[in-house]
Amino acid sequence: MTFAVTSKAIGGRLIGDRFASTAEVVVIPVIAVIAALIAFGGFVGLFGVNPVELYTDMYMGAFGTFFSWQNTLTRAAPLILTALCTALPAQLGMVVIGGEGALVMGGLCATAAGLALLGAPPVVVQLAMAVAGMAAGGFWIAFAGALRHYRGVNETISTLLLNYIAIAILNHLVEGAMRDPASLNKPSTHSIGDQNMIGLIPGLGVHWGILFGVVAALIAYILVFHTVFGFSARIAGGNLRAARVVGLPVGKLILTMCFLGGCSAGLAGMVEIAAVQERANANLAAGYGYTGILVAFLARQNPLACIPVAILLGGIGASGGLLQRRLDLPDASVLVLQGIIFIAVLASDTLYGRFKIFQSKAV
Amino acid sequence: MADASSLGFWVVPIAVLGGAVRVSTPFLFVSLGECLTERSGRINLGLEGTLVMSAMVGYGVSYVSGSPWLGVLAAALTGAVLGAVHAVICGLPKVNDIAVGIALMLFGIGLAFFLGKPLIAPKANILPAIDFGWWTTIPQLHDALKINVLFLLGVVLAPVLVWALRSTRWGLVLRTAGESADAARAMGYSVNRIRLRATMTGGFLAGIGGSFLSLYYPGNWNEGLSSGQGITAVALVIFARWNPMLCFWASLLFGGAAALGPALQSVQITWGYHLFGAAPYILTLAIMIVTCSPKRTLVGAPAELSITK
Amino acid sequence: MNFDKLSRRQVLGGTAAIALAGALPAKRAFAADYTVGFIYVGSRDDYGYNQAHAQGAAAVKKMSGVKVTEEENVPETDAVEKTMESMINLDGASLLFPTSFGYFDPHILRVAPKYPDIRFEHAAGLWVPSMPKNIGSYFGYIDEAQYVNGIVAGRMTKTNKLGFVAAKPIPQVLRNINAFTLAAISVNPKVTTQVIFTGDWSMPVKEAEATQSIVNAGADVVTMHVDGPKTVVETASRRGVYVCGYHCNQAALAPNFYLTGAEWDWEDLYPKFVTMAMKGEKIPNFYRGGYKEGLVKSSPYGAMVPDAVRQQADAAKAAFLSGNFVIYKGGLKDNKGNVVIPAGPGLVQTDIKLESMSYLVDGVIGSTS
Repeated sequence: MTFAVTSKAIGGRLIGDRFASTAEVVVIPVIAVIAALIAFGGFVGLFGVNPVELYTDMYMGAFGTFFSWQNTLTRAAPLILTALCTALPAQLGMVVIGGEGALVMGGLCATAAGLALLGAPPVVVQLAMAVAGMAAGGFWIAFAGALRHYRGVNETISTLLLNYIAIAILNHLVEGAMRDPASLNKPSTHSIGDQNMIGLIPGLGVHWGILFGVVAALIAYILVFHTVFGFSARIAGGNLRAARVVGLPVGKLILTMCFLGGCSAGLAGMVEIAAVQERANANLAAGYGYTGILVAFLARQNPLACIPVAILLGGIGASGGLLQRRLDLPDASVLVLQGIIFIAVLASDTLYGRFKIFQSKAV
Repeated sequence: MADASSLGFWVVPIAVLGGAVRVSTPFLFVSLGECLTERSGRINLGLEGTLVMSAMVGYGVSYVSGSPWLGVLAAALTGAVLGAVHAVICGLPKVNDIAVGIALMLFGIGLAFFLGKPLIAPKANILPAIDFGWWTTIPQLHDALKINVLFLLGVVLAPVLVWALRSTRWGLVLRTAGESADAARAMGYSVNRIRLRATMTGGFLAGIGGSFLSLYYPGNWNEGLSSGQGITAVALVIFARWNPMLCFWASLLFGGAAALGPALQSVQITWGYHLFGAAPYILTLAIMIVTCSPKRTLVGAPAELSITK
Repeated sequence: MNFDKLSRRQVLGGTAAIALAGALPAKRAFAADYTVGFIYVGSRDDYGYNQAHAQGAAAVKKMSGVKVTEEENVPETDAVEKTMESMINLDGASLLFPTSFGYFDPHILRVAPKYPDIRFEHAAGLWVPSMPKNIGSYFGYIDEAQYVNGIVAGRMTKTNKLGFVAAKPIPQVLRNINAFTLAAISVNPKVTTQVIFTGDWSMPVKEAEATQSIVNAGADVVTMHVDGPKTVVETASRRGVYVCGYHCNQAALAPNFYLTGAEWDWEDLYPKFVTMAMKGEKIPNFYRGGYKEGLVKSSPYGAMVPDAVRQQADAAKAAFLSGNFVIYKGGLKDNKGNVVIPAGPGLVQTDIKLESMSYLVDGVIGSTS
């Protein structure tokens, strides 16, 4: 009986007027973001900064010039991938915050694979790195999924702990077994070599990570909203007991979604090595995994929405420098703004279903 | 005066004991606070932000007023305010408390760094310690027994909370809200109001923990001050099965673990200090794996808690 | 830099961008002033590495016709590449000081070739002639100042045990530990130095615990090499032991326990570099120096340091100023008994071999791995 109710509710949501519900999920977050921007403008106003000047500078820094776009997209690239690490398991109702650890393990294993194959043709090396990075990240999060399914260990806490553990493993290896003795004052692994770097997208000046992110988000979107697998996952996410009653393979769903999410963050780690750092070191843990959580929640766990949200947050990051240099605001302004946006968007969750305008069409 | 080298490997357990007392206090207060919040049926992952924000406020108030105790009070009130923000937003229908916690963590840290810039350089008055080691001639032990009042307060608070949760009307109402919101409503209580109070009290306690960081140990304000202790303390509550006394022991364990790495280096065990640094996390995960079960919810877990559902 | 492309893209990007760009002419610094950019990895007032550089930047700010643009807490990822490019493209910077070691390879090496007219001055990097000519790497032999710390520490200790809280076992850090210890042994052969690595550049609780451990092991003079020495200085003074500072002057934090300290003197160097760059003179691509060149200095002695000790430390300074003092002498042994410098004249400060030091000298208790 529980199932009948749930399935009807989900069915209704899916089959009902798409336009009205799409409008609702676009309009409400946009209103929340605008409210957050107004609040932040008021906040900096307390410190004698003119909000109009603030947002003009931020627009300049994020989207105002070709260079600003490069800056924004470069910062957005890892965020799309790490966001999927949270967004995919979220379809099952899980809150995974282990993107940072999966990124680190992905980057580390991708480096190990690249170093093992040094001398092979670059395409082979790059493919091996991508596979190794995705596998490492995938298994890392799938481990948390398995703990959840087989042992009942809460995935939010386990992925959080796994982040710290991954970073400790990274530091231990780059300062020990995997250290290049020539990496003097910044302990690092050996370089994967210039020839193996994946480089920039010609004409755009942004590395390929942004394209990987967009493609991954598209695939994830199709998987979640246009396959039976995704449909099953969303049913399980809506009501786990019902999913078991109708015989859905809950364990398989959990492990697969976690694996795919981890793959995505692991790929972000591989890109960080193969497009930016050339070698693994402590800088791999730069916090992209944590910002990815923010992206996923702001995107309301919709893989496709992760793309514009990552670009928005990339833009805020890109303009952060200008806030420091031109308006003399602290670097933490970016954190405050992100926090306010995050809170506003989450609080706006309560508005769904309250506006007649979105409902009337659905009936 | 005993020669240090004559202590040999005894340096390690003494250091771990001292570290347990010194480092555990923030863990203890955050975990006790979170314990209350979670027993009322809500999880507040934002206590990391509370810890950092209240550390900054406590330091600032002590610097301006000259009184570290006023700093502690201000820090605790800051924590209560952040707790109230969490509770009010989560009180709205359909809002996810885990996500709001993460948002408040970001916001609290950001705001603390933003407002705390001018406080990095100045030197504020810090809290005094009580000397319980006057009887010993071993300087290491003597120093390990210099104990801050806040730690003692935590030692007293843990059993008091156990008793209050079990035996007072207030504790019963709080637990009812955590076990079954419907039952609490049937009894005529407002679940949101109970949780608001529990989250504010939780924030208040976490705020005291924050003031310990900036006003006693390490005893200054900078942006790396907490480095994740608040979030670790939240994990610790699950580890401690929502029992305040177990929170206390677990906090001591985590505090001692922080002293283990440096102490081992001081007796020539130098291998793998990064891994020793991660020991508390590995330990927590291992214990969770061993003690959890997919068949039933955790013993002691409040039934309304989103993370155990 | 291709401005044509830039503006064409702006047009394509929409008229709003043009309007905004036009609305901000006052902010643009392309015209009269010479713009210098400083980038820090941490907080500018950390009583440490970043503050030392920020003090240098403050000295540059006082120069006429110079505009300074600063950004702090910039991570060692492609974020710093974008910050450098942003300073060049949007602020019109002509000279950049990205001050963290980790900015050098690959980030500066990647950005510099794109902007051949811009000068990149980096602290501590190892520039070699195959690298772009618009990069300069400069650094101070701060181990000289740690040597002077060591003399004071060696004379002031009563337990003959010194402590060193260090971040990571890397050459710059090892060089400081070794210089400190060699100096202390030179005035007091019974001295040993206990070193504890925290594993990270800025971890206050770990630094405090490391200091506790060192004091528990019997040390009564402590020094450090972490990004922000504030925690170590305060913790040591609360335990009632002496400290020698690092990076900049921390005397204000522990007036009764602060013996002296090894400081950078970027306030001296940076205005010199900026003047040279503005005049179009060539700044050397590889620049190193110690007391003699004015790149490092010592904090004033604390009141508790007796005259005899001051004289001995001053004598060491004078030897460095004369330029013929050798810290790392021939026949030097590490703490495992291996001879790490062959018998002979030893390694002078400028010797590039010292920049890849991987050992702890005899007298240091600790291990590099």
